[in-house]
Amino acid sequence: MTGTQKLDSPAGAATQPDQGGHFGPYGGRFVPETLMAPIEALEAAYLEAKADPAFHAELDNLLTHYAGRPTPLYYAKRLSESLGGAKIYLKREDLLHTGAHKINNCLGQVLLARRMGKKRIIAETGAGQHGVATATVCALFGMECVVYMGEEDMRRQRLNVFRMRLLGARVCGVASGSRTLKDAISEAMRDWVTNISTTHYLLGSALGSHPYPMMVRDFHRVIGVEARRQILEAEQRLPEVIYACVGGGSNAIGIFHPFLEDKSVRLIGIEAGGQGPGLGEHAARMSGGSPGVLHGAFSYLLQNDDGQIALTHSVSAGLDYAMIGPEHAWLHDQHRAEYTSVGDEEALEAARRLARTEGIIPALESSHAVAEAIRRAPAAKGEVHIVNLSGRGDKDIDIYRENFVELDAQGPDYAH
Amino acid sequence: MRIKALFQRLREQKRPALVAYITAGDPSPDRTADLVAALERGGVDLIELGVPFSDPIADGPVIQSASERALQAGTSVASVLEIAEQIRSRSEIPLVLFSYLNPILRFGVDALGREAKRCGIDGCLLTDLSVEEADNTVAAIRAAGLDTVFLASPTSPQRRLELVAKYSTGFVYLVSRTGVTGERQNIESSLETLVRNMRQVTDTPLAVGFGISTPEQAAEVGRLADGVVVGSAFVRLVEQNLHSPDLERKLEEFARSLSTALHGVAA
Repeated sequence: MTGTQKLDSPAGAATQPDQGGHFGPYGGRFVPETLMAPIEALEAAYLEAKADPAFHAELDNLLTHYAGRPTPLYYAKRLSESLGGAKIYLKREDLLHTGAHKINNCLGQVLLARRMGKKRIIAETGAGQHGVATATVCALFGMECVVYMGEEDMRRQRLNVFRMRLLGARVCGVASGSRTLKDAISEAMRDWVTNISTTHYLLGSALGSHPYPMMVRDFHRVIGVEARRQILEAEQRLPEVIYACVGGGSNAIGIFHPFLEDKSVRLIGIEAGGQGPGLGEHAARMSGGSPGVLHGAFSYLLQNDDGQIALTHSVSAGLDYAMIGPEHAWLHDQHRAEYTSVGDEEALEAARRLARTEGIIPALESSHAVAEAIRRAPAAKGEVHIVNLSGRGDKDIDIYRENFVELDAQGPDYAH
Repeated sequence: MRIKALFQRLREQKRPALVAYITAGDPSPDRTADLVAALERGGVDLIELGVPFSDPIADGPVIQSASERALQAGTSVASVLEIAEQIRSRSEIPLVLFSYLNPILRFGVDALGREAKRCGIDGCLLTDLSVEEADNTVAAIRAAGLDTVFLASPTSPQRRLELVAKYSTGFVYLVSRTGVTGERQNIESSLETLVRNMRQVTDTPLAVGFGISTPEQAAEVGRLADGVVVGSAFVRLVEQNLHSPDLERKLEEFARSLSTALHGVAA
């Protein structure tokens, strides 16, 4: 399989944005004029790279030998049997170098940045996984790396802050707004608009202005391309259901996209239900939001009656963002994908269950997808379901400790 | 057509317009009309009335803080329109509504055009609305009889300058340099090129902003452009004098130092 096929097949024509980057009414380019020329230049460079076999050869080589692709599609037998319904497979993106799917996109974009002659990379990060992946590829290519991260997220994800610094990146805390991912993106955009000539903004999700949602999706399509081939090998048929958590939506669009034309496959995106349905308590944009413009794109957005962006909450920093990627908005409106939400507690419980049935500690983000599979699998005997296990849980150990105090040495039941 | 009339009059007087940006509702909605009156007494010719937004990606720390204060004080699009109405009840100074797109989309573009006109607003500039996405919005705002002002940047190639000129009425807002809003030491040499390239494609007056904070800088820019925009420097004065009875006087004095520097300076 060549790299071009990885990006474009088997359902490459299923949804492509129009020339202006619109998926139906969503997406587009809503940025100050100063960023328009750089965004156009980025699009041109990406389209040129996409058509260049040498670009794909280098990317494929890195994905295979550096990142660890292909990732296994693993049949979670004990989890499935404990639920007594569907056979659940896990797409093991958590086994990639740096511990999450984010590296797929970072390798693609750093190669692109090098083609464009950029020496300095900036990025935003929520959970820190994208920041770590960015710091990693910058170390690999000897580029200067600056990562913006909300101070609240720095507190929640201390381990990843340290990892980024160990890799040579500068981590800039952002103290404005909710001090989470939204504010980190705003600050990264301010840096970019100031340092356009030297700097590539390595955006980490299928968000923002065109071409980012399309480009980030293309770099993650490899997840779905592999999963499709692997499930056909393992089961000789397509799955009934695919689950993926959705913050901006990069791991979800990566696994969904190659299945879009397989109409029998139900695609389910899981947003963060947080602590409840009130505005500010969750990050469920599809049920609690309405279309609007933030950070360069038009999509479903959590906002108040005056059009101010709402605060969000999730135990998972990677899902804690006010907007969903524009292609997901379109898939939602087209009824091609379904979107639901899982709250903090249910996600935590799903993580514990996966740890104890399969010996796999998932990232809190991915735990939301696992939780939805746990909900639906019992009623789906005879079906095959795939969960995109987008990241591993090492970075979340502090949060698991806070929430499972009974397991901790400091807790009341040490012997448990 | 207050904006067009203003630039015609100033052209005859051979001086550039002094344009002031302030964030409406900072420190509170009931103060803004008085602050605008002080700016006008100090010689400001046109007011950009900023609608505060929770996520102002094009703004530096000074205007970010002003937006936070204004939102804390309960400022909304509706209250900015009320502020405009108050200003208009006592002054004929041209008013341009300066906003990020989302609060306007939420209010409704048609309703915004209609209400802005009724409240005496003369034009509208939407920071993160690219010309590529602007057709419906521009149609609605122009249908209401308002000017539509767009940004041009040193990064814009000639093709984009032509587009910006086509979508802009009243004046074109040239960004003096790449980056966010905020005071700077130097005016960049790329500005002269940008002004020259823009003049090749339009006769619409050109106002220059971003980073201008002293009378000397204002005069330097005023020699090139038809208008000089000062924003963060005024907003910083507001920030430094939030509870001071001298705020109006300080704004007026600073405005006068700028407008004096622009006398006898012609593009």
